[in-house]
Amino acid sequence: MNKVWLIFRREFLNRVQKKSFLIATILVPLIFPAIIAVMVFVLKKQEMSAGIDTVRVYDASGRFNFEPEDRFVFVPVKGDIEQEKSDFSRSDDFALLYLPEFDLLDPRGIILYTRDNPSIRKLDGVERIVERKIQSVKLQEFNIDRKILDDLRTDIRLTTINVSDSGEEKSSNAGIYYGLGFLLGVLIYMFVLIYGMQIMLGVIEEKTSKIVEIIVSSVKPFQLMMGKILGIAAVGLLQFTIWVILITTLSTATLSLFGVDMPQKQAMEEVAKMNNPEVAQEVASQNDRVMELLQAASEIPFMFIVFNFAFYFLGGYLLYGALFAAVGSAVDSQQEAQQFTFPITLPLIIAYFGLFMFILNDPHSTASFWFSIIPFTSPIAMVGRLGFQVPFWELLLSQALLIGGFIFTTWIAARIYRVGILMHGTKINYKVLAKWFMMKQ
Amino acid sequence: MEALIAENITKRYTEHTALDDVSMTIPEGSIFGLLGPNGAGKTTLIRIINQIIYADKGHIKVFGEPLQEKHVGIIGYLPEERGLYKKLKVGDQLLYLAQLKGLSRAEALERSKTWIKKFDLKEWWNRKVEDLSKGMAQKVQFISTVMHEPRLIILDEPFSGFDPVNSQLITEEIFGLRERGSTIIFSTHRMETVEDLCDHIALIDKSKKILEGSKRDIKAQYKTNTYTVDHRGTLTLSDHRFQQLSTTALDDNFFRTLVKMEEGLSPNELIRALTDQTEVHSFVEKIPTMGEIFITLVKGGKHE
Repeated sequence: MNKVWLIFRREFLNRVQKKSFLIATILVPLIFPAIIAVMVFVLKKQEMSAGIDTVRVYDASGRFNFEPEDRFVFVPVKGDIEQEKSDFSRSDDFALLYLPEFDLLDPRGIILYTRDNPSIRKLDGVERIVERKIQSVKLQEFNIDRKILDDLRTDIRLTTINVSDSGEEKSSNAGIYYGLGFLLGVLIYMFVLIYGMQIMLGVIEEKTSKIVEIIVSSVKPFQLMMGKILGIAAVGLLQFTIWVILITTLSTATLSLFGVDMPQKQAMEEVAKMNNPEVAQEVASQNDRVMELLQAASEIPFMFIVFNFAFYFLGGYLLYGALFAAVGSAVDSQQEAQQFTFPITLPLIIAYFGLFMFILNDPHSTASFWFSIIPFTSPIAMVGRLGFQVPFWELLLSQALLIGGFIFTTWIAARIYRVGILMHGTKINYKVLAKWFMMKQ
Repeated sequence: MEALIAENITKRYTEHTALDDVSMTIPEGSIFGLLGPNGAGKTTLIRIINQIIYADKGHIKVFGEPLQEKHVGIIGYLPEERGLYKKLKVGDQLLYLAQLKGLSRAEALERSKTWIKKFDLKEWWNRKVEDLSKGMAQKVQFISTVMHEPRLIILDEPFSGFDPVNSQLITEEIFGLRERGSTIIFSTHRMETVEDLCDHIALIDKSKKILEGSKRDIKAQYKTNTYTVDHRGTLTLSDHRFQQLSTTALDDNFFRTLVKMEEGLSPNELIRALTDQTEVHSFVEKIPTMGEIFITLVKGGKHE
């Protein structure tokens, strides 16, 4: 075992001391705050430059009366519409709103003339204003008091509370667990693929540089394989930990630099500003929702998620890592490896799509259950379900099978590996691999 | 004690048999030549000794003990296909390989420094292997093979890729190691190496061992009682016990004649017969070279 440690240490130090590791470890976390910073900057800039737009209103019926709004002023125009259009095209105004005579119950034919393609936000703003005007004319015509209408408006929100077997109550929020499951699942997917490839390339390098014959005259091929797999796992975990720390601190720093507490809040205020009071009211209730989300977030069983995530993170990596090592040992070049890497990654890709398509939407369906039980898909699938009160026995079964799964793939991989690393220039196909697997040493 | 005894080693693959009932004894302190044409099974045998692969049948004893995992520490192996980690520094490489063989880090550091100095590679300690010339990389590889002072050293074609100066250096080191008590197995098909260095040999051909013994015994076994005689004036031996194989004219009325003598006779009798006939200037027994024996056995297929 001492020799596995030596190999582990070399693999780890060798990779961690490389410049590329340092660059990737520091640059990747910088990308996220940079993106946030750019977005916030653009948003602020837009807000500042957005003045009040002038909209000319050609109201054929004369039924509507437009008052100035936050973002628009309305100038009524009359006369020949063709003449007005050509006048408008020579002006600096934002748009010409044409309201023909129409049936209030079936408003058609309203046209907004602009000189260029307006942004969705502006278009939306004008649309809401016109809708509101038509609505209030309707209220008058139907003799409905505005107050009655306001009282009719009903807004309820369900507070969801999970009642566990122990009778303990927890407020749950499907949304936040959806996001969490998504994030963790994608992380595992990426980690397994990126570091699995590293294992494979490392094995190919040892094989093609012919050093492997010297190494296996000192250690067992199995020790070499495990040392490598574990060493690279340590590199990945270290990089991942640094990323989490850096991203968290840098993101917080960037946000506070721009004087924003939370990106959501910022967005809400934006929406509130440009729209009418009704929407603002909705926004206010949405702000409650944000508070509720934060409340739910603080109630996430942190240790439970961290422990299980770490388990599936490593379990999935070990399961696939062994297979990547086997492929690396069999081939003489990276190109040759492609035909084998695809079948290996296929279950991983299926689990990844399963995560989006049904696991997060319906965490307790039969398909979700099987995906999170089968070791080849469980690292992604089960992590996606972690927040959704997975029955304990399912979790236990899934983890036991994952342990069994990686012992199994490691056993298969080791049998192929010990033969493969000494074979050069052989045409490899699955029959050859099967033969190596059966071969006695 | 014997450094290594192999008994009835057989290794089969699905399509062919790599080793067929091969036995051999390698005396301690010898420089043992493991000879044979390409594909004869030398590398398979070496890999079995190194426990990289395992024999289907047969046993191996190393210094009296059945071969087991702990023996990797007393064996040093230089494979024919040389390789080092290209991106690793020379020093780190040596330390790593020595530690895998069981040396402590401190021991490994001390010994590798000594060897590096001896081989004139001191300023390369912190350079990557990919920056080294082929000859220098070979030296590093040789150091890694012997650094843990193995009692049994296995060198597979050690001189391929070395220039004459480095070959000489390595040869001296090999003799030095032997003096310090190591046993050396050479796998090669370069006969001049065998002639110069080895004292014992085994010849493997088509998965079978066809010859084994000390170089002197083998040469004695394969000598043909033939003598090369340089003489002035013509020579005609009438005695039927002596057979004139060929005569070539040298300059100045000198000739070289090959004479084969009947078995059991003393060379003195031939000399007597010769001096009656001609003026003898040189009389040498024609001893076969290892190369000639090799070719005779492998090409002639005598063993079948």
